[in-house]
Amino acid sequence: MTEFAFRPREWGRRLVAPIDPTLMVLLGLMLGYALLVLGSASPERLVNQTVNLAVALVVMRVAAQIPPQRLMHLALPLYLGGVLLLLAVALFGDVSKGARRWLNLGFMRIQPSEIMKIAMPLMLAWFFQKHEAMLRLRDWLTAACILLLPVALIVRQPDLGTAVLVLSAGFFVIFLAGLSWKVLALLFFGGLASLPLAWTVLHDYQRQRILTLLNPEADPLGKGFHIIQSTIAVGSGGILGKGWGNGTQTHLEFIPERHTDFIFAVLSEEFGLLGNTFLLVLYALIIGRCLMIAANAPTLFSRLLAGSITLIFFTYAFVNMGMVSGILPVVGVPLPFVSYGGTALVTLFLGVGILMSIHKHRMLVQK
Amino acid sequence: MRLAEFRNPEQELERFQRRLAVAGGFVLLAFFLLFLRFSWLQVVQHEHYRTRAEDNRISLVPIVPNRGVIADRNGLVLARNYSAYTLEITPGKVADLEAVINALAAIVDIQPKDRKRFRKLLEESKNFESLPIRTRLSDEEVARFIAQRFRFPGVEIKARLFRQYPQGELASHALGYIGRVNDRDLEKIGDREQENNYRGTEHFGKTGLEQKYEFELHGQTGFEQVEVDAGGHAVRVLERTPPVSGNNLTLTLDAKLQQVVEKAFGKRRGALVAIEPSTGGILALVSMPGYDPNLFVDGINPQDWEWLNTSEDKPMVNRALNGAYPPGSTFKPFMALAALETGKRTPQQTIADPGFFNFGGHTFRDDKKGGHGLVDMYKSIVHSCDTYYYLLANDMGIDAIANFMRQLGLGSRTGIDIEGESEGVLPSQEWKRKRFRKPEQQKWYAGETISIGIGQGYNAYTPIQLAQATAALANNGVMYRPHLVKYIENINTGERTPIEPEPMRTVPLKPANLDVIRQAMVGVNKEGTGARAFAGAEYVSAGKTGTAQVFSLKGGKYEHGKVHERLRDHALFIAFAPADQPKIALAVLVENGGFGAQSAAPIARQVLDYYLLGKLPKEAAAEDEESGEDD
Repeated sequence: MTEFAFRPREWGRRLVAPIDPTLMVLLGLMLGYALLVLGSASPERLVNQTVNLAVALVVMRVAAQIPPQRLMHLALPLYLGGVLLLLAVALFGDVSKGARRWLNLGFMRIQPSEIMKIAMPLMLAWFFQKHEAMLRLRDWLTAACILLLPVALIVRQPDLGTAVLVLSAGFFVIFLAGLSWKVLALLFFGGLASLPLAWTVLHDYQRQRILTLLNPEADPLGKGFHIIQSTIAVGSGGILGKGWGNGTQTHLEFIPERHTDFIFAVLSEEFGLLGNTFLLVLYALIIGRCLMIAANAPTLFSRLLAGSITLIFFTYAFVNMGMVSGILPVVGVPLPFVSYGGTALVTLFLGVGILMSIHKHRMLVQK
Repeated sequence: MRLAEFRNPEQELERFQRRLAVAGGFVLLAFFLLFLRFSWLQVVQHEHYRTRAEDNRISLVPIVPNRGVIADRNGLVLARNYSAYTLEITPGKVADLEAVINALAAIVDIQPKDRKRFRKLLEESKNFESLPIRTRLSDEEVARFIAQRFRFPGVEIKARLFRQYPQGELASHALGYIGRVNDRDLEKIGDREQENNYRGTEHFGKTGLEQKYEFELHGQTGFEQVEVDAGGHAVRVLERTPPVSGNNLTLTLDAKLQQVVEKAFGKRRGALVAIEPSTGGILALVSMPGYDPNLFVDGINPQDWEWLNTSEDKPMVNRALNGAYPPGSTFKPFMALAALETGKRTPQQTIADPGFFNFGGHTFRDDKKGGHGLVDMYKSIVHSCDTYYYLLANDMGIDAIANFMRQLGLGSRTGIDIEGESEGVLPSQEWKRKRFRKPEQQKWYAGETISIGIGQGYNAYTPIQLAQATAALANNGVMYRPHLVKYIENINTGERTPIEPEPMRTVPLKPANLDVIRQAMVGVNKEGTGARAFAGAEYVSAGKTGTAQVFSLKGGKYEHGKVHERLRDHALFIAFAPADQPKIALAVLVENGGFGAQSAAPIARQVLDYYLLGKLPKEAAAEDEESGEDD
């Protein structure tokens, strides 16, 4: 019966073994901060969010145990499945608010574009790992196709926000895989040059969002309302903020979605520039730690995956804060680790788990 | 072009780490940009956004003050407020107005006239103002609407204060009326820097006392600082500044007297102004016909408005202030006084009146065929001898006449506390030069002076000017500015501010001369043209009849009955009483009333009877068609 002997220290040691303490402490600070803000923005959701968090941590712990090689096997099926589902959406998807994004499976509705957020970096990292020895032009083109096919499908739904996120997730992999600077420059300037063309392709509501960003006061009670009110919330916070629970913009319901996408406005209003800086520093430290994990990752696959996941965290954070403070158009991107919502948390901590697993398994591969 | 790159793991890792470093640098750069943005918003622009957040949060809800009450000298209320529910639509919040009104009509009673009035308001107002579709809702109607309120976004029940004129048409031209604030009113409000005080105020005095004393009557708007959420719903009241009711006006006007006059006029058109000579306080200010100011209170309906403005009787014109009429023979006592003061005549000087006066090949006739015989000043007034005044005018010359009359206020605004008073015409050489453009018209002809002497020609004065001049006679030349408001009362402090305690000016008149004129005017009512109207009066009154030509008959003899009603002469009468210590002075004009003795003097009699004795006129005093001694 020795296997079942009561050895709590041993169990505890095993439980935390794959967890990176540095990252965990930083995340712990971040989560504490997030719960504090949520406690002001929407105290009735605190319990729910704590449950979400517990689930997310379990997911992280499980993911941290899965060796990166196993994940490699998942890459292709996940990606292909995702593309198929996107095709299905395009053909049979439910239309809601003028966009075809959801697929009704009878027992549940899923949004396949979400799957792509993870499947894309996995797939591309796997692809570059496979062609590690020798990268031909053909391979770069293939990678581009792998990236652009689902992105195109998502753009067509239309869901520009998600498309941009999936595109950047894939782009990070390609960038880290070493796409030459010349090509990058070419893409950059080509992109700039084709902006006018892109404008003509955009849907009216998408153009409207960009116009709204440029001049929110044109329609202060309509389309400009979100941007104006969140900017006011941020600006009125000042250096020290109005204090926890004292945000008038927040509590008089001038902030839309104050517990999800616009929670940063709450944080900003109540904790001011000081609170914002603290958040930025926390993000920078978390991202820094994750980049270190990526830098030390043993295989190309794990490096690319870790780097890409890290930069996705960054992208979410940047896009969200930029949107709330009025320098980026309004797209549905939550503030990572802070916004209320189970799905986002689970996805994020799945990423964290993968990073931890990569870190944990670096020695094993090297041996 | 290389088709493939061969790599070794070391190089590969180094390259990857360089890329990561670039990415890390980019992350820091991006966060730094965010930091700059936050600093911009939260430090540099902080004040701006703080203010905007406050503006968001706090809404100032104006509380409209009670408008001041207007009461007559005895405390009888002429204008007050009452509170009523209105059903209001904000057109800007409603897509299909017609459909909404139709749906509302199923719940509350909405008459075609309500719709018309609403449409008129709609044309005059801005889209975001809420406009009443129905006023004075019953409690039941309010309840019915509240139950279905959810169906009608942009439609609200509001409790509002309405102006009410309990005496109806009585003294309407003095009181004036209020109407919805328009652009011109906004300018006035702006000139006085009262914009904040008028937030929430929807009505503004348009004419009469309501207009003149608007800023006294209005009061101080109160404010509630309300914390509101994004939906505009009040969360809690942070601060409340209660409104301060407007000041009350107590008038010099005697509403009962006013009523006596208005009844005496009946359906006739005309004006009467009665003044207390020792103060300038106006006892009655009548312009007939009047109108019901209540019609304007919640927006006048188009038919009424149309009628008031197009009626031949011109009920909207305040004849007492804006009607300029030749004074006719009521001018004679003033002419006589001028003659005495300038030394052109003595009371005893007599003329032999042949019944006409020839001047420059033109014959000026006297009323009485064959003339009055020997006429001195007394007789000239008592029997209204024209020839006496033809001669006098010719002797004095136009400018001497004008200079004297100007002192009595004729031909200039009296300064009564109602806006828009007319100047009238005091003819003089200078006046003619200014009045006409062509040089041949600018010259004053001596012949023109002749008819000026009997109050015809270019002479044109408003009834209030005549009343003021009569009051000056009665008050030994001490003149007060005529005014309607006795005092303004601050109902919070009880403080009363009298309007006109000081005399405006004193005309230097010799008491002996005044006596002569007064005696003659007493004679008018005792044995002259006014004797019939004042037969049996229990007081001694002074008066003078007058008839003003409306239509110049070329050579023919004027026959009352044969001339179209609107072309008949205007009848005038001026009077004051008691003669030795006058308490009241008045001027009355009956448009197209014919002889002053016949239609104007009896009204004056009723006024004096009531004011001095409290005697109400016998109902339907038979109209005196038979002419006694004409004017």
